[in-house]
Parts: sequence; C-alpha cells; structure tokens
Amino acid sequence: MTAATSGHTPDIAVAAPPLGSWRAVRAFLRNPAAVLATLFLIMVAVTAVAAPLIYPEDPLSMVARPFLWPGQNPTFPLGSDSLGRDVAAGLVWGARISLLIGIAAMALGVTIGIVVGATAGYFGGWIDDALVRLIEIFQTTPSFLMLVVLVAIAEPRVESITVAIALVTWPTIARLVRAEFRSLREKDFVTAARGLGYGHARIIFIEILPNALPPIIVTSSVIVASAILMESALSFMGLGDPNRISWGSMIGAGREMLRTAWYLTFIPGIAIVLTVLALNLIGDALNDALNPRLSSEP
Amino acid sequence: MTTAAPLLDVADLTIAFPTGTPVIDFGFTVAEGETLAVVGESGSGKSLTALAVMRLLPPAAKIVAGAIRLKGRDLRALPEPEMRRVRGREIAMIFQEPMTSLNPVLTVGRQIAEVLRLHEGMSAPAARARTIELLDLVRVADPHRRVDDFPHRLSGGMRQRVMIAMAVACRPRLLIADEPTTALDVTIQAQVLDLLDRLRRDLGMALLLITHDLGIVGQWADRVVVMYAGRRVEQADATRVLDDPLHPYTRGLLAASPRLDASLHYSAGPLREIPGSIASARGQPGCPFAPRCPLAQPSCRIRPPPLAAVRPGRLVACPVTTASELADVAAVGL
Repeated sequence: MTAATSGHTPDIAVAAPPLGSWRAVRAFLRNPAAVLATLFLIMVAVTAVAAPLIYPEDPLSMVARPFLWPGQNPTFPLGSDSLGRDVAAGLVWGARISLLIGIAAMALGVTIGIVVGATAGYFGGWIDDALVRLIEIFQTTPSFLMLVVLVAIAEPRVESITVAIALVTWPTIARLVRAEFRSLREKDFVTAARGLGYGHARIIFIEILPNALPPIIVTSSVIVASAILMESALSFMGLGDPNRISWGSMIGAGREMLRTAWYLTFIPGIAIVLTVLALNLIGDALNDALNPRLSSEP
Repeated sequence: MTTAAPLLDVADLTIAFPTGTPVIDFGFTVAEGETLAVVGESGSGKSLTALAVMRLLPPAAKIVAGAIRLKGRDLRALPEPEMRRVRGREIAMIFQEPMTSLNPVLTVGRQIAEVLRLHEGMSAPAARARTIELLDLVRVADPHRRVDDFPHRLSGGMRQRVMIAMAVACRPRLLIADEPTTALDVTIQAQVLDLLDRLRRDLGMALLLITHDLGIVGQWADRVVVMYAGRRVEQADATRVLDDPLHPYTRGLLAASPRLDASLHYSAGPLREIPGSIASARGQPGCPFAPRCPLAQPSCRIRPPPLAAVRPGRLVACPVTTASELADVAAVGL
C-alpha cells in the first residue's frame, strides 16, 4: 500500500493565481469535505499536542487487566491490549508519533526536493542531466524496500525513520519542481529579472519559487499522508522506534489476536485510515482551489 | 554630433547561432543623454543586439566578434558578478510584453522594492517609500493603493509604467527600450513614449529605442540606425532619415508606412510594399537587401557594399545612392 501511495501525484495546477489573494481560501472553504477533513486533522493535532496532559503516564506501561474490551471498564474506554496497556492512551500518543514523523519527513523531503528540482530545472545542461540521473536512481529502487534497508542499517529511532522517509519521498517533489522550473525559467519576467541584475539565488527563490508553490503545496499534503502510512508499515513490521508507541506498532502487536480481539487492530487502523483520508481530501481541495482552470470563479 | 567619448559604443558586433548569423558587423554609438533609435523589421536582429549589450543572449547565441563598451569599459570581458551590477544600475532594459514581464504572484510594489533593495541596499520601509515615489514619477494614478496591487489588476499601459519604474529605479545611465509600445494601444503608445522622453531628460539618461515603427522615430529619436538582416544599412539624424532617406530599404520602409505629413510624395496614393521577405537575405554573399532591391547592381550580389560616410554622421551602405547623393552634393557646390 505504501509504495503505491508514495508515487502518487495528483493533477497539478499549471498557472498559479496569486497566493496572497483570498480567492483560493474561499474556494477551499466552499468544499465541505475539505472543511470536515481540516477540522478532523486539527482535532488529531490538538490531541497529539495535549497527549501528556490527557495521559500523563507512559502509554507503554501496563495499567489494566489484559484484553479489556472497549466500554467494559469506564477507566479504559477503548479497552486494553494483551499486555494490559491502555489502548486509548496508545491512540493519543500514537497520533503524536504519526503526525510528527509525517510532517517532519514531509518538510525535509520537500526541502531536498525543492533544492534539487529547482537547481536541475533552472540551470539545465549537465547539472540537470546529473541530478535527473540521481533522481532516477532513487525512483527506480522500490521505495519501501529502500526504506526498510535504511532503517535497518540505522538504529530505528524517530529521527532515523524521519530521515529515511524523507530520503524516499524527495524525488517526487524534485521531479515536480524541476518540471515547473523548466517552464517558468523561460517566462518573460525571469528575463526581466535577469535584466535587473538579479543573481541566480534571488531569481530561483524570489521570482520563480512563489509561482511553483501551488503544486508543491498540494503534493506536500499527500506526502504527509504517505509518510504516515510508511511509518505505520515500518512499525507494523517491528522496525519502528521500540520506545515510542505508534499506530503501526499497535496494529502489529494486535495482529496475533485478530480473531479474538479484533478491536486491537481495528481502532488504530481506523485512526490511520481517517487521518490519511483527511490529508488526501485536503490535497484534492487545495488542488481545486489553487488551480484557476478548474474553479468556477473567474 | 557629440565629440565626447560615447556612453555606449558597439562596434563590429557579430552574433551567431549554430544555424545562422543574425547580426553581422553591426555597430552604433549612444552619446550621454541622447535617444538613438534602432529601426528594422522583425528578424532583423535588433532585439538580439539589445540582449547582447545586456549579456542576456539565449545560450545558443554567441557573440563571435566585436566590442561592446560602456564608458570605455569592455562589457564582453566583464566577469558575471560585475555584469550583474551593471544590469539594472547602469543599463536597464524594458521589454516588449508588459503583460508577461511582471511576476504574476508578487505585488508591483514588492517587485520595484526588490530592485532598490538589491542595488541600493535600502531597508524595506525606505524601499517602499521610494517605490511610491517612483510610481508617482511614472504617472501611475493613486500610487499608495497601486503599490499593493498584483499585476493582473493593472492594464497593459499601467504595467509598462511599472516596468519603466523598475528600470529607472536606480537611475541608470542608459535605458534600452525593446519595442516598448508594440503591445499597447496607439493612444497609450504616445503616453508611454512621452514618459520615456521626459524621464530621459529629467534623469539624464540615454535612451536606446528599438522599434520597427519609423513613425515614432521622427518625434522621439535624435539619431536613427536602420538595420536590415543583421547589418547596419543607414545611419543619420532622425529628421534626415525621414526627409531624405538614402538606402533603398529605408525608402521602401518609409513608402510602406502611413504618414500624416502630406508634403511627402510617398504618402500619395496607396501604400507600397517592399516585395519579397527578409528571409531572402539568408546566405546572401552580397548586400542582404539585393534580392528585394529595385536598384541592385551586379556588384551588390557579390560583396556587401561598405558603409560610406556621405556627410559627417551620415552613413549609407549602398553604392547606388551614395553615388547619386555625392552627385547631388557636387551639383549644389557643397
């Protein structure tokens, strides 16, 4: 599931409206699914941030009788797992890891992707050839396999997992940014900027990058979703950070009891599905909002 | 003519693409404070010449010969970082398409301020204040409000004014205007050219006006260089070219232009066209205009005729008209 999602890029807006205008914001707010998804994500984020206040205790500590079903004991509303750990606490603390890794990996991957893609697309020539070869090396390797290898080599910790996910996602952004820069660098306003004595860095970051932002923003939301899926898959396989609870590791731990205590896999599974779905809905809505050709408003 | 060293001196400039040579042995000088018009039809190489002066030629084009000197300094030999300080600060350029030459996602104020922050090292508030002054200088109405507008809110003429404000922000010595009014309405054309002329006088700039429109030359230019297929075919004071064109191409160009001045016999009757197209100049060993020239001599097809000075400051590359002009000069006893 992960490999397929990471390669997915939505249809991208080509002409960018000014980001400073409220037109895009209004178009976004008119999409009910996107508003609902945003509210859900805000809820997840607030829960994640407030986790130490809601469940001050370590979510990995055994606090209850094993295999409490949800609703059986009001102290543990979502029940307990085979070791007597509170499922609700795990869910809340797991949101922290999922969002942290998802956003951090996206930020790192997008940064690498923008730098590489902008350099390749703007300068062209042999620089472009060399960087495209580099991108292709990463893209032709099965990304999840590479992810497993990277995490297995390094110690499985939050930092190393974040870096590993960023390393397998940046080529998507790099290709996108490169394509945008290749078309934008031919624009008259870039020639005009060179005519004013602007240097390459100023042209890349001040003149061209703002024009390329809409598709980058859209893809970033999808990348957060796929990073969450990758982290879950790694944790499911036991390659997650052993000292932190995550949605993936909860599913992995509940896998053996799938027939007797299915809620142990179902509850964190639903959390993953809803979060990833929300991010994808936001990505679609952003694509519509930032793409002037698809919106009805002039 | 000015005797002082010229501000810009372009000599024997030859620009080559892998597929051809669009500019051959081209040259001109621009004196401090004057307006020089380079006139020629599409494909004559005038825009390439302008880009060569700015060192902004497309990668495939190469300057294979010639010198470009700004106040005696060879721009061709300048390292790129120094050339960047020349662009925008000493030479600025305005492009043909105001609709696409502004960045669509940045406010016009931000774009003008960026030039000031780069070249003058101004702080953001100082640059903003100066930007509003500049918008006022180029006669943008209500500059306090316009400064925060995005380019798509402005008309073509307004955008060209913003481009001009960016170009003159650092008081360059030379302003290159590459067909600055071609994309604009006729009524706006005159306003923009008036503005350029006023700024030239107020800021003491020289103006290199690149155009295909002989109609605007008489009113706005001091001197004219006529370019055909990458070569200089005639050079003279603006009024002389209009009243007394020498080169057959210049004559054809004037005959093909609608004029309000009825005293000129060219305006009587329907407009005449020059037969053929500029593409016929390709691969010509002789005068590039020979395939279209009614006066072409056999010698014209062998070797390009040299530029000859028929009077001080008046150059023509045509053996036929040079001879007749010299005959005229002899007849009146000059």
